[in-house]
Amino acid sequence: MPESTLILNALGIQRALTRIAHEITERNETMTDVVLIGIQRGGVPLAHRLGTILGSILNQPVPVGSLDVNMHRDDLDQRAAPKIHPTQIPFDVNGKIVVLVDDVLFSGRTIRAAMDALNDFGRPRKIQLAVLVDRGHRDLPIKADFVGKNQPTSLAEKVQVRFDEPGHANEVILHRP
Amino acid sequence: MTWKRKHLLDIESLTADEITTVLDTAKAFKAVGERAIKKVPALRGKTVVNLFVEPSTRTRISFELAEQRLSADIVNFTAEASSLKKGETLKDTAKNLEALNADFIVIRHSAAGAPHFLSRVLNAHVINAGDGAHEHPTQALLDAFTIRERKGRVDGLNVTILGDILFSRVARSNIWALTKLGAKVTLCGPSTLVPRTFEAMGCRVTHDVDEALHEADIIHLLRIQHERQRKTMFPSIGEYTTLFGLNKARFAKTKPDALIMHPGPINRGVEIDNEIADCGRSLILEQVTNGLAVRMAVMFLINGGNGPQEIAPG
Repeated sequence: MPESTLILNALGIQRALTRIAHEITERNETMTDVVLIGIQRGGVPLAHRLGTILGSILNQPVPVGSLDVNMHRDDLDQRAAPKIHPTQIPFDVNGKIVVLVDDVLFSGRTIRAAMDALNDFGRPRKIQLAVLVDRGHRDLPIKADFVGKNQPTSLAEKVQVRFDEPGHANEVILHRP
Repeated sequence: MTWKRKHLLDIESLTADEITTVLDTAKAFKAVGERAIKKVPALRGKTVVNLFVEPSTRTRISFELAEQRLSADIVNFTAEASSLKKGETLKDTAKNLEALNADFIVIRHSAAGAPHFLSRVLNAHVINAGDGAHEHPTQALLDAFTIRERKGRVDGLNVTILGDILFSRVARSNIWALTKLGAKVTLCGPSTLVPRTFEAMGCRVTHDVDEALHEADIIHLLRIQHERQRKTMFPSIGEYTTLFGLNKARFAKTKPDALIMHPGPINRGVEIDNEIADCGRSLILEQVTNGLAVRMAVMFLINGGNGPQEIAPG
């Protein structure tokens, strides 16, 4: 019987992002070099929110960009061609500490593609990874530096993140088939 | 929408949604061309054969560069240096190329329907790079992309195609693409080269050049295709230039924001005045730049498999 469970509500998401923001400042002493890049599509609104929180903690704006990784995926001939969303990186990534931001960490293949795609824009000093939900089941040796919520799942389950969607409250829902 | 086609053979069979999907995807690939590293690994490990049985320079170079920027491996095949000269059939040539595990065949051929034929006998993806006087789909897609980029829309625009329509695959593909996207297309040129039968494709035919240019938002010029004309279709080049060439006097009477397009190669002083070809309202070189992005988008889309478009995040 299909079942949906709320695993984070709007307040829970806000708290998780605030905690991640503080963890980013603790990890990186030279915050002037930190930039955020959200992965299209789910990571982009999260990166912007995280940028706002970081900006108010530091009293200085933190640059935020967006990255579409579809041209760098390893499964392009196995699925219908994906819709490509804008990549906008309005700053130089060379020498920067880039925090990649995504909504859900699952197989790790998106992050692998994102690191490849990012290399086309320059050579960051460090790449770190922030995700709202880590649901496990990695196919690749990839680990997040900052996690909003660790949520053990079965492969059949689906994690849905709603964030900044018109007409919907921010929430993370776990769907069981 | 989800792209499901395995080949790009013509514009006639595409829907407006499919055309829009190509244009949207091309926008993303145009942005790739503006990066320091202009290459993405989307077609890594794929082999593309450029089978140009009819001579071509700009289309072949554009396809080649598009393939390279998608990280494909490329084989170039021209009729002059091939066994087609030794009597091999097109089917056998293509089957041989497929036996080398070619994943894509980009074909330019003087016979209309050659790409459609190959798509039926091969498993590889087939892209029509121009077949006789039938269609040149990637040219029409890059033209529509250029119009949409500069005017913000195609729907409702007046597009005048002026020149040798009868022998032009560019004209046919453009008529299909532009009318599907909602443009009002007017064809103009000598009556021998612009027969009224084109009205059946949903466009207007006139032989009065000033009337054709008066309301045009886009003026699309075509070259006289001497190589396809079996007999003389008009008295002389000089007379064509006088009666139908885009000269300064005619250009001065067009809408001030009307833009000029031409698929190339241009014949300066014949269908277009030398200075007009280089003016700020000429999109001729933008068309070339956009052609690269559109061809990358087409190959990216038809490379897609049968799986779902949406994948689980992560």
